[in-house]
Amino acid sequence: MCIAFPGKILSIAENGLAIVDIGGIRREVCLDLLAEEVRTGDYVISHAGYAIQRIDEAVAREDLELLREILDDEVP
Amino acid sequence: MKYLEEYRNPLLAKALLDRIAAAANRVGRPVTIMEVCGSHTQAIGRYGIRKLLPPGIRLISGPGCPVCVTSASDVDKALWLACREGLIFTTFGDMMRVPGTGGASLQRLRASGADVRVVSSALDCIALAEKEPKREVVFMGIGFETTAPTVASMVRTSRRKGIGNLSVFSVHKIVPPALRLLIRDPEIKLDGFLCPGHVSIMLGSAAYAFLPEAGKAAIIAGFEPVDIIEGVWLLLEQLGKGVPEVVIQYSRVVRPEGNPRAMAVMEEVFETRDAQWRGLGTIPESGLSLRAAYAQFDAERRFAVPGIQAEDNPGCSCGTVLRGVMDPEECPLFRRLCTPANPVGPCMVSSEGSCAAHYRYG
Repeated sequence: MCIAFPGKILSIAENGLAIVDIGGIRREVCLDLLAEEVRTGDYVISHAGYAIQRIDEAVAREDLELLREILDDEVP
Repeated sequence: MKYLEEYRNPLLAKALLDRIAAAANRVGRPVTIMEVCGSHTQAIGRYGIRKLLPPGIRLISGPGCPVCVTSASDVDKALWLACREGLIFTTFGDMMRVPGTGGASLQRLRASGADVRVVSSALDCIALAEKEPKREVVFMGIGFETTAPTVASMVRTSRRKGIGNLSVFSVHKIVPPALRLLIRDPEIKLDGFLCPGHVSIMLGSAAYAFLPEAGKAAIIAGFEPVDIIEGVWLLLEQLGKGVPEVVIQYSRVVRPEGNPRAMAVMEEVFETRDAQWRGLGTIPESGLSLRAAYAQFDAERRFAVPGIQAEDNPGCSCGTVLRGVMDPEECPLFRRLCTPANPVGPCMVSSEGSCAAHYRYG
């Protein structure tokens, strides 16, 4: 039930609703619960019609880089 | 970055599984890990992760499927509300087939004429209440810290808009009190927890500090296969070192401080109360009810919902399964009398339920 999906903000309206591309489908989500500022082009994770967190791209890239290092160690 | 494919890379999963094998060797004893969240249970089943782990590393499902832990008494109260003349009862879809006393369900009530509607967001109820101003609209508020703030936001918006015909029947629950209970249960022997990723977006990591204090490893993991497998690896590394702590694997969205804005909205509208969990009994201060300031949006007050003495199906083992004491296959009803098409208990109803995941994915 706590399922939530990553998606890219396509536009933000003045009423605090945004259009987010979630897996190729455009959905309207409410930004009321976000603690951090978001802009068009940012990725957010959404649950039950609400964006619940901005995805931190820098952190995500850093983590994936660390994981790829593990992969590099693996391949002879 | 799409934040999906990157975490479904089979080469990465394979490399992490090799690390898991090495870490498991270092730990040198059987390890039992509870994945708390129903979405984890579903993903672990779908990607066959249980079978990829070395023998001796056991993943068991916890009480993290909100539909599954809703007590029969709360289901009966929902059914009572849905039968009120002229009322529109709205709910997330998972709740529709959950049986109350005697096998009644929202789906059966709808078939016999009650106005029960499935919504995908609490916000949908505002539009519905505006469209049907002469009718009472009740939304069944179900879910943990991920969902309760969305319902709280909807209630605040309703008040701001002056909507007078919308209320919430709250069976919301919070996760930490249930985990505190599980680590004290002598029947349940756990080495660590995969903590629920999306609940943790809201809560942050400090909320789980009591787990390492009790000697339990704790990893806040995401939901893609690489996330879950990395989470298991990090957990085994902790056990190998013998220093339990709360570690965030799902760091692209989980911050140590959580989401303070969402938690503030939740706490403005809701307060904690004792709540009955299927399988775990009554846990003090583990449920959420609407504060007095929002009484007009509280369906229990608005309709004076009576206390209902409910009866669980006596053959159903969902309670024991939810505590991680019994595997679904060990239940005498599993696959014989209880199937997703004909569920006896809630763990077979919800696709996130432990029994449904075992039935579907083995």
